[in-house]
Amino acid sequence: MSNVIIGNEAAVIQEGVHIAHDAHHDHHHKETFISKYVFSLDHKTISKQFLVTGIIWAIIGGLFSVIFRLQLGYPNTTFPWLEDLLGHWAKGGKIAPEFYYALVTMHGTILVFFVLTAGLSGTFSNFLIPLQIGARDMASPLLNCLSYWFFFMASIVMMSSLFVQTGPASGGWTIYPPLSALGDASSGSKIGMDLWLVSMALFIVSSLLGGLNYITTVLNMRTKGMSMTRMPLTIWAFFFTAVLGVLSFPVLLSGAILLLFDRNLGTSFFLSDIVVAGKVLPNEGGSAILFQHLFWFLGHPEVYIILLPAMGMSSEILSVNSRKPIFGYMAMVGSMFAITILAFLVWAHHMFVTGLNPFLGSVFVLLTLLIAVPSAIKVFNWLTTLWRGNIRFTPAMLFAIGFVSLFISGGLTGIFLGNSALDIHLHDTYFVIAHFHIVMGVASFFGMFAGVYHWYPKMFGRFLNNTLSYIHFWITIVGAYLIFWPMHYEGLAGMPRRYYDFQNWESFKMFGGLNEFISVVAMIVFAAQLLFVINFFYSIWKGRKVTDLNPWNATTLEWTTPLRPGHGNWPGEIPEVHRWPYDYAKDNKNGTDFIAQNVPVGDDEESH
Amino acid sequence: MNGLIVIAIVVMIYVIIFQIAKASEYVSVLKGEDVTRKQTNKINGFLLVAFLIFGLIGVYVCNEWYFKKTLFPQGSASIEGEKIDFMLYLTIGVTGFIFIITQILLFWFSFKYQEKEGKKAFFFPHNTKLELLWTTVPAIFLTILVVFGLINWFKITGEPPANHITVEITGHQFAWEMRYPGKDGIFGKKNYRLYNKPSGNTLGVDFEDVNALDDIHTNVMHLPVGIPVKLVIGAQDVIHDVGLVHFRMKMDAVPGIPTTLWFTPQYTTEDMKVRTGNANFVYEISCDQVCGASHFSMRGTIIVEKPEDYKKWVESQKAEYFTFYPDKDPNKPAATSDTTKQALAAVVKK
Repeated sequence: MSNVIIGNEAAVIQEGVHIAHDAHHDHHHKETFISKYVFSLDHKTISKQFLVTGIIWAIIGGLFSVIFRLQLGYPNTTFPWLEDLLGHWAKGGKIAPEFYYALVTMHGTILVFFVLTAGLSGTFSNFLIPLQIGARDMASPLLNCLSYWFFFMASIVMMSSLFVQTGPASGGWTIYPPLSALGDASSGSKIGMDLWLVSMALFIVSSLLGGLNYITTVLNMRTKGMSMTRMPLTIWAFFFTAVLGVLSFPVLLSGAILLLFDRNLGTSFFLSDIVVAGKVLPNEGGSAILFQHLFWFLGHPEVYIILLPAMGMSSEILSVNSRKPIFGYMAMVGSMFAITILAFLVWAHHMFVTGLNPFLGSVFVLLTLLIAVPSAIKVFNWLTTLWRGNIRFTPAMLFAIGFVSLFISGGLTGIFLGNSALDIHLHDTYFVIAHFHIVMGVASFFGMFAGVYHWYPKMFGRFLNNTLSYIHFWITIVGAYLIFWPMHYEGLAGMPRRYYDFQNWESFKMFGGLNEFISVVAMIVFAAQLLFVINFFYSIWKGRKVTDLNPWNATTLEWTTPLRPGHGNWPGEIPEVHRWPYDYAKDNKNGTDFIAQNVPVGDDEESH
Repeated sequence: MNGLIVIAIVVMIYVIIFQIAKASEYVSVLKGEDVTRKQTNKINGFLLVAFLIFGLIGVYVCNEWYFKKTLFPQGSASIEGEKIDFMLYLTIGVTGFIFIITQILLFWFSFKYQEKEGKKAFFFPHNTKLELLWTTVPAIFLTILVVFGLINWFKITGEPPANHITVEITGHQFAWEMRYPGKDGIFGKKNYRLYNKPSGNTLGVDFEDVNALDDIHTNVMHLPVGIPVKLVIGAQDVIHDVGLVHFRMKMDAVPGIPTTLWFTPQYTTEDMKVRTGNANFVYEISCDQVCGASHFSMRGTIIVEKPEDYKKWVESQKAEYFTFYPDKDPNKPAATSDTTKQALAAVVKK
């Protein structure tokens, strides 16, 4: 944690930088524990708050998957200790079906929103945007602080839903009504669902506060010389991510609020012609499909909200550790822009089998498969970045390489699913599970791990233990492929997702052995993630100390700050930027293989 | 007690790994950071290329083991599903090629261009020709896939041939119910508010409607082989999904919004027993949209049979109307058939 309190020198501030108020504030009041670590306004502390909260959620969400994998891998075995742990949800040591669905639902919700949205872009947008564009803090530190605390409140509400008697939401993370609207249809659709919706509403507020702040900061607070085209690709990625979130999360909020109305106020937005538990409901004229449009209008951009930060960080890390400029900087920015635009125009590919008009479906096929073009550009550019590099396999670099591998594997199966004719067979099978876990789940996790390993020295002034990091990487990449690759075959056999037990199905019961294998690997991979957690927390206090200001020999501005930067980041003036962030392997008089962004361009040098 | 031992062993493993990791960090400090970095670099470079080789072998082995367990070796049980099988093979061909090339390049480049003493990376920031190349080539591949995909999509989602039969299927927690239109070929109207009126009318059929009088209500779907069938799909409580894996078909069942799909079965159930070599083979209807606690057991079955057997089966079925109004059944053992006919005629006139 930061030890430097801004002194008088921080009062020397460039014009137009909004930190003046905070500096003034710090000048007069000594920081207390509360203002420094709890309701901190420092973007670096807030980022660590997001990260630690995200790690806690990831452990919970991961543990849930281990528990439901027990059921899938060992459908005929009882585990008495589960009853000790879960009480009436696991009577006799066997998970109840209602609870299985609750676990699946919460696993999805937690990982998609709380870990890979808040934990990923909350952490790294906060940490890197001011440091890499040369700003003392976010445009509004207060909104930034509120963004975290709304996320915290959302977490509390979601956590509390795990303990209500009727159980948490259990209709899948996509919470399609009428299942999620009718308490009579599922016990998870009782109070647990209301808590889910309230929690998501708070989460969306958090995400909007954060996103608006990121956009404003990137547009307005770049240091002198930092033109948009001199920004590292990380910043471009965070910028596009924030734009996606700000434009699409409100639509989910509207869906959530309408669903709350249907549940509690007797409206019929999503309900029509329903007989449930023998009761004829009065609701008529609503459309259950309307909710799916509202949900996926966020839900699809959400995939890119999760993926873009991972792409940006991997691009940066691949370049730094290949000691080579990223190949095709403008093409990388352009393809992220294209992905951002297209992300808004493909949501109905999740709905090919809802009875959607086939012509409309065909438009969505075209737009969906178009996304493969910018994705392919990115992949080939990453490969070319490695070509003729001088590669250092830091743990961050390995995770970035793993990210590219997973992005290729998972991206290609998207071409199967985006093609509506083929989607008819593959929709809602294990093929989908395999596809999105590889491309969105594991790949983004790899981007996140790459980011943590790469920027940990800047965050905490210490290194993570390398041996543990390498063990973590190798178990995770091998395990991830062992878990998800064979699932494609289950999907080709039409095995439906969200099934508690397959043994009564003549068509699906032949994969029992494979399911057991997958469960075992899942447990090992989960155990390896705990190694990372131990490494993470141990190293904060006991890790090897960073002594070099720029341990990775990177060009970007965050490495020009002190070892443990205080609030305001640079004790003196903010450095001025003279060049793009990828001047690696350039002929250079000072004998190093890189030129930092704040070094003026020489007379005989070609500038980018 | 066993549990405690397991926990103790797991904790021990963590402690051992952690201690090794700490010790290796001290060793690396002693050896010097540069030396250590070069050593780990070599090891990881080697592991990356090993991962590539074993990974590709694994992909091959996985395919050998599991492809035969998928539905594709046995072929599609519907004529339309063959288009989907073709799409699958085409897409596997295109993406498989790209997958192998890009993964080999990724891990091979990583291995080949690992850090070496005195070497410097090549400054290569961009190259317009290359970038245009890998924008256009994927675009061409995708165009091919989109064109084939959409041609088949429109065929599959288009109108069924005129000689089709129609069957209605309704999902509710947690079962499927089928309705056949009877001799007149027209379904009687339904209204969800008529549920259980008269008692037991689980589909909410309006028996005031003359078209409903000969409708058949069953729990197992019978279909004639070789004749296109159109399913009219509905749901009563939450969203379900009619999943017909062998026919490669799937369509959501949405309360309040009827949906349809059609296909032509090309093998009878008996044929499939031979084709799959499984004497217990049965066409199953799986619910493919999560619908509550027993979603996983929402199973329906289809019997595909020769047209003459199908005809016999249809004729053996009693119209649902007569289960609610048994006194109007002309086949009732009593001798009141004349009055029943009159009553029936009266209803029909109404």
